[in-house]
Formats: sequence, structure tokens, C-alpha cells
Amino acid sequence: MTTTVVAPTVSGAPHSSGLLTNIKWLVSDTLTLTRRNLLAVTRIPEALFFSTVQPIMFVLLFRYVFGGAIQTGPVPYVDYLLPGIFVQTVAFGSVSTSIGLAEDLQKGIIERFRALPMSRGAVLLGRTTADLVRNVFVVIIMTVVGLLVGFRPTEGFASFMAGIALILLFAYALSWFFAIVGLSAPNSETAQVMSFPLVFPLTFISAAFVQVGTMPSWLQGFATYQPFSVVISACRSLMVGPASTGTGRSTSYWVVQSLAWTIGLLIVFIPLAIRRYRTRT
Amino acid sequence: MTIAIEVDDLQKTFTGKREVRALAGVSFAVQEGTVFGLLGPNGSGKTTAVRVLTTILRPDGGSARVLGNDVVKKAPLVRSLIGLAGQYAAVDENLTGRENLQMVGRLNHLPGPFVASRSVELLDQFMLTDAGDRPLKTYSGGMRRRLDLAAALVARPTVLFLDEPTTGLDPQSRNDLWEVIEQLVGGGTTVLLTTQYLEEADRLASTLAVLDHGKVIAEGTPESMKASLGATVLEVGLSSLDDAQRTGTILDGLGPHAALVNGTLVEVTVDHGPQAAMLALRALDGEGIAPQTFNLREPSLDDVFLSLTGHRTEAEEPDEDANLTPRQHRRKKRLAKLEQALPVQTGEYA
Repeated sequence: MTTTVVAPTVSGAPHSSGLLTNIKWLVSDTLTLTRRNLLAVTRIPEALFFSTVQPIMFVLLFRYVFGGAIQTGPVPYVDYLLPGIFVQTVAFGSVSTSIGLAEDLQKGIIERFRALPMSRGAVLLGRTTADLVRNVFVVIIMTVVGLLVGFRPTEGFASFMAGIALILLFAYALSWFFAIVGLSAPNSETAQVMSFPLVFPLTFISAAFVQVGTMPSWLQGFATYQPFSVVISACRSLMVGPASTGTGRSTSYWVVQSLAWTIGLLIVFIPLAIRRYRTRT
Repeated sequence: MTIAIEVDDLQKTFTGKREVRALAGVSFAVQEGTVFGLLGPNGSGKTTAVRVLTTILRPDGGSARVLGNDVVKKAPLVRSLIGLAGQYAAVDENLTGRENLQMVGRLNHLPGPFVASRSVELLDQFMLTDAGDRPLKTYSGGMRRRLDLAAALVARPTVLFLDEPTTGLDPQSRNDLWEVIEQLVGGGTTVLLTTQYLEEADRLASTLAVLDHGKVIAEGTPESMKASLGATVLEVGLSSLDDAQRTGTILDGLGPHAALVNGTLVEVTVDHGPQAAMLALRALDGEGIAPQTFNLREPSLDDVFLSLTGHRTEAEEPDEDANLTPRQHRRKKRLAKLEQALPVQTGEYA
């Protein structure tokens, strides 16, 4: 242990200013923490398994139990349903951002991070990036499940992938909102129960499972233009054609709207989450 | 000798449901290559001082420097010089021991090959080689603390902060950890240690500051603190509370401080043990009091604390819960559990 005193030289220059170095460290620290968060997912495979079981049950429930009673116009119900399921699944997936951050705060690991010479933004970026990767995995599973129960995208591979990209980007924006929830919750259990009432109405008072036109008129405005519905309609247009939305709008109308929502959410919630992180810890 | 840590009139007040003045103007200096002990009960300001010194918290007033660098103005530089191991064992329990060390190494921006070999070295040094590739969930409390300490050492810090490193550990694990810390100090690392265990401070620290309610109420070597109290403690056990009270009055004049009556036990510090013992026995005999026990012992740091603050350290109060009803006891346990679950909100503000 006699080498202890010469310590700082071992690491070269651990501290340095300069924009380029700062960006390099932000990227490398984000990757380190993303990897750490994903390793945690693989260490609790049960959690990942059960987080996909729920959306699969929703698919089966709506496809085979409720689906027969729901009229969706020009397309078969399974084609109407799956884009809605995709958005529901990734939205529930982004709740894990709030749970993960609340847990890190609770266990004191963020305290350790704050005493390290690492990039400040990496904790939130690493968490949201890991949850994005997790959502990619979940979307792949849901696509396979969808194909198995008869979901048939009609607009071509590129258009389908564009829809997937739109959903993942939207989920990433939601993650930043849930980061704020996680940073405000006293513990991870509370973070979870705090998040649920926010996701639930947006998921069900939407175009996810039924056509908005079947709802009472006072509800239709909200149900059509709230962000979840906008993204669902965009995704539906891209995957099974614009007629399937039953709104008479074009694909580009919904795509532009959902991109606007996504970018808007990012612009509002990234700075708020960073501020919350600074004041909370 | 140069000064490694310099703290000058540090202040921090937490606002919230209740206002807590965690640091009310704390000053001290730590010589390079020594172990400095911050001693105090829960809520005395120890942890707050460490959090400020490790750049986690911004102070409201005063200043602090680590190796000459201001912890607020040069926080990034300070972070690259220090290591922190905390009472909450801030390690990732989903990762293996090795992965934890490597993560900390990478977040210190150390080169990959160095991080890999350093992890092997530390796992070996902390007797964790066999457990190195197991998730931390499978570790015992003592193993977690050792890994936490190892993680603090990955970047070979010159200044190490240990916040209650052995709180909650069994005696064997505590001893193991003490040995590791002693090795580190032998290698020239400066250590600032907080503890509520007087035995721990006595064994590890060469200089001590006693904190109470956010203020340093005493500073010096463990020996000088004991010496200032008087050379010997005379401890008399009586058969009744009444006898104890009377004995207290009789023994009051024997030493520099008043005698302390604690239940049926009376303690007084005296300069010359045998002489005081003789006087005490004669006086007690004259009053017709028969002591149950009669001891002369070296003063402990607990005696120091008691004479400084008028109360014992919390860790030394096993009878505190004795008068609680089972219902109150359960409530207290629930509260303690809650506090553990919410370290940031209701945990130790100190």
C-alpha cells in the first residue's frame, strides 16, 4: 500500500476542463451507467418477464375476449389493436425510470455518484437510455406476439419501422417525465404507485382500444388529441394505413403531431428533471 | 506536516418541516497522513460535515478545503482526490463485487486495464476474491462494507472519508474492517472517520473532535482528552437508589468534576486512584453505606463524552427502551425502519 500516496498520477489527469473532454466524459459515463442499469435488468429476469406478461395478457384479452364486440371500421380489430398495445406497453415501460431513480436515491448509490469526478448529467441520461433499450426489447417481443395472433402490417417494412421509432422516441420523452416523478418520490414503491394514476387514464381514455367516436362527446376532444392518442394514431397510420384511424386525417398529420408532442415533452421535462435532480440530491 | 483537510466555520441548516441546524460553525484541521475522528451521537452533524467535504452538499456559510482546494469552487478537482465510504454501504446490489469496482473505476475515468487489475487487487486485499463474481445480494453485511470501502479506494485517493464505517456490524466484521483501515493509514492515506463508537475512535484516530448539536465541543488526542478528565475513574455500585444518591454527595469533593449518579452506579474521576479509594471507603463506612462493587479504572472516551455533554453517546444507552410499552416499542421500531427507508428525507441530518 505504499503506492497510495502517489495516487492521482496513476489515473493521468482525472480532472480537466475543456468542452471536448466534458462531452467525452458525459458519453462514457452515460454508457457506463446504461450498462450498469441493463445488467440490473438481466440480474432480475423475473421482473423483465412479468413486465412483458402483462401486455401479452392485454393482447389476448382484447384480441379474443373484447375484440369481437368492438367495431373498428375498415380494418380487422387485431390490426387496430396492436399499435395501441405498443404505445401502452412502452408507456408502462417508461414508468421504470421513476422506479429505478427512486431506488438509487433510496439506496444511497446516487450519493456515491455525486462524490465521484463523473459527469453530472450521466445519472439521468444513463437511466433513460437504459429504459429506452429495455423498451426496444419489449417492443420486439410484442411485435412477435402481435404477428402470432394475426397482426398484419400493410404499409411495408420501412413504414412499420418508422412507427416503431416514433413510439420509442415518445417513450423516451415520457421517461424524462417519470424521472421527475422518481426524483420526487420518497421510495421506489411510492414512485410506482405515483406513476400509475398518471399513465392509466392516458392509456384508456385514448384511441388505444376503441374508436374515439364511440365515447361520449364531451370526452372525444381529450381522447382524440391527448398525446397518447396522437402517437397511437400516427403509429396506426404508419403500420396499417391512415383509414384505420377512423379520423379522416392523413398519416403525415399524425406523424407531425406526435413528433411535436415528443419534442415538446423533451424540451419541457429534460430541464425540469435536471433541476429536480440538483435540488433533490 | 502539511494540512490535508481544513474546515473553517462551516455552517449548514436544513429547512423543511422542522429546521435543523446541522453545522453551527464547525472548524478543524486534519494533518496529512493521519486519522482524524469526528465523534458524536446521531444528529450531531458528523454526516453533514462529511457530505459537505465530499462535495455532495453545499454549505450555507464558512469554507472547507481538501488538499488546498475549496470544496465548492473546485468541487470537480476535489472529487478526483477523495474516496468516500458511507454508512449506507452505497454499492449496487444487482452487480457483482467486481462489476461494482469496475463501474466506480470507469466513472473515475481511469484506463480500462488499470481498472481491471486494480479490481483484482482490491478484491484480494479485502478477502472478497471468492465472492468477486457473485451479485452483492448474496453478501453479508460485513462483506458489503468491505466492498464499499474497496470501491472508495479504486482510484487510490489521497484523502479518504469514512462515514460510520462499522455501524451495525458484528464485532468480528468490525475488527476486520479496523485492520484494513489501519493498513491504509500505514500507507500514508489521510483518513477522516466519523463514528459514534468511542472504542473505534480510540483505536483508529490520532486526533479527535467531539461534535454535539453542530458544534465542536472538544478537540485533541484521545489521550489528552482522557487526561483532562483526571487520571482514574472510581466506580461504586450500591444496593439501592437511595444509597447511590447519598454516595454521590459524599464522593462529590474527591475529583475535579462532580460525581455522576446513574441508577445505582456512582462514578467520579480522580487524580490519584488509591488515595481517593481509601478516602471514599472511609467516608462510606462512616455513613454506614456498604458498596456492592468498587472499581478503579482508566477513563474511557465515554467518560469524556459524558463530562462534555452531560449525556452519554446513544450507542452506549442500552436501557433507553426499557421503559417503553410493547406498543411504543413497536412504534419506535417502525419509525426507525421508515427512517432507514427514507434516508434523504428523514435520515440523519448530521
